[in-house]
Amino acid sequence: MSNYFESEDLKKFGDIGQHGQKLADDFFKYYTDVTGVDGALTKREKSLIALAVAHAQKCPYCIDAYTTQCLETGSNPEQMMEAVHVAAVMQAGITLVHSVQMQNHLKKLVL
Amino acid sequence: MNPVVRLKLVPAAPPPSKYDFEGQLRRRGIDLPPLGIDTLQVNITRLCNQVCRHCHVDASPTRTEMLSPEGVTNCLEILERHPRIATLDITGGAPELHPGFDGFVERAVEMGRKVMVRHNLTVQLDGNPQTGESKEYLPAFFAKHRVEVVSSLPYYQAYFTDAQRGTGVFHKSIEAMKRLNSVGYGVEGSGLVLNLVYNPVGPYLPAAQAGLEAEYKRELKEKFGLHFNSLFTITNMPINRFKLHLDKSGQYHAYMEKLLASFNPAAAQGVMCRTLISVGHDGRIYDCDFNQMLDMQATDIGGKALSIFDFEFSKVLDRRIRFDDHCLGCTAGAGSSCGGSTG
Repeated sequence: MSNYFESEDLKKFGDIGQHGQKLADDFFKYYTDVTGVDGALTKREKSLIALAVAHAQKCPYCIDAYTTQCLETGSNPEQMMEAVHVAAVMQAGITLVHSVQMQNHLKKLVL
Repeated sequence: MNPVVRLKLVPAAPPPSKYDFEGQLRRRGIDLPPLGIDTLQVNITRLCNQVCRHCHVDASPTRTEMLSPEGVTNCLEILERHPRIATLDITGGAPELHPGFDGFVERAVEMGRKVMVRHNLTVQLDGNPQTGESKEYLPAFFAKHRVEVVSSLPYYQAYFTDAQRGTGVFHKSIEAMKRLNSVGYGVEGSGLVLNLVYNPVGPYLPAAQAGLEAEYKRELKEKFGLHFNSLFTITNMPINRFKLHLDKSGQYHAYMEKLLASFNPAAAQGVMCRTLISVGHDGRIYDCDFNQMLDMQATDIGGKALSIFDFEFSKVLDRRIRFDDHCLGCTAGAGSSCGGSTG
């Protein structure tokens, strides 16, 4: 293996059941129930959420899979990019809001 | 000759393809005989003013193939003799670039046939790339003969449309649609039908047809004031120019595996080759336009190649449809045909 992430490995996702089939089966059923059908959210909306999460979690497999899935559920590149911005701004906001903690502690420390 | 040596000379049967379409049908007990011949689809020329990246016809401004005047006459005679063939579907290339196009349409309409034209929109503005002849009369011509117009517009934005069909095609298509709308096409109550075709701009399956149609209608109306009737979603066939792209980009097998994994038995029942025959520029008959581009000529039960020059309705109807790997494109997901999803 030349890299930690090989795009071909995405096909091996199903193999996670190799040493724990039941738990894998439970997971894939849950996964399909959540992402594979329209529910209170459409498959298209769920795909955009998943694409955003894929970026936030920096998962190359998921980015490939959900780029395709977003197109197959009718999203366009503008919508997909906006979803990634939501992930980015959430992460920035999460970082910045922690500065409140910094300020709180600063107040304790400073005479 | 030594029998062992002779055995060596017999060519071995090729191993079945891993994307064996007929194997998929067999495993599911599906048989797909022809159901009728409702539509005569005629590919009258491979000449086109555009060079689309996914085009299964490999059409371009340099192609010269044309159905002969005798071929046009034979198609009209077939329609005259067989009223059961209710629809004439004229395709290309850009079929309007065939010198006999107008007469073909007029005669078929006089016979009371529904005539559909696969109109690429931009030919209205570009004209004939070889002769310079203007095609601006087309909206009025179509309206006069109440032709049903079917036009590709891969997306309601320029990015996808131009990526697939060439720079500037989106804005020309919008202008051409305005001209069609101005003579009544796609306008409620006019009875003049303008349907659009969506193709994915790469190796993925189309989104659900109904949702995409609603979105196209909203966006095209809001942004450009345009109207149309229905949207047909069509899957890209892994042949010719699109296959070349898949091969070059190393995506062929991934795409075929996607089509295979998405095989939909309900969509298989509705494949267009069961009710349509496709005629090539040389008069040969095929099960569909894709088989035509792969030179998979249809044959009667006795193995005789079928053509419009010795057309017998019963022999054509009784044929076995020829399938191959690419047929997975018509049966994946919600299915795909010249009239959109089938599943």
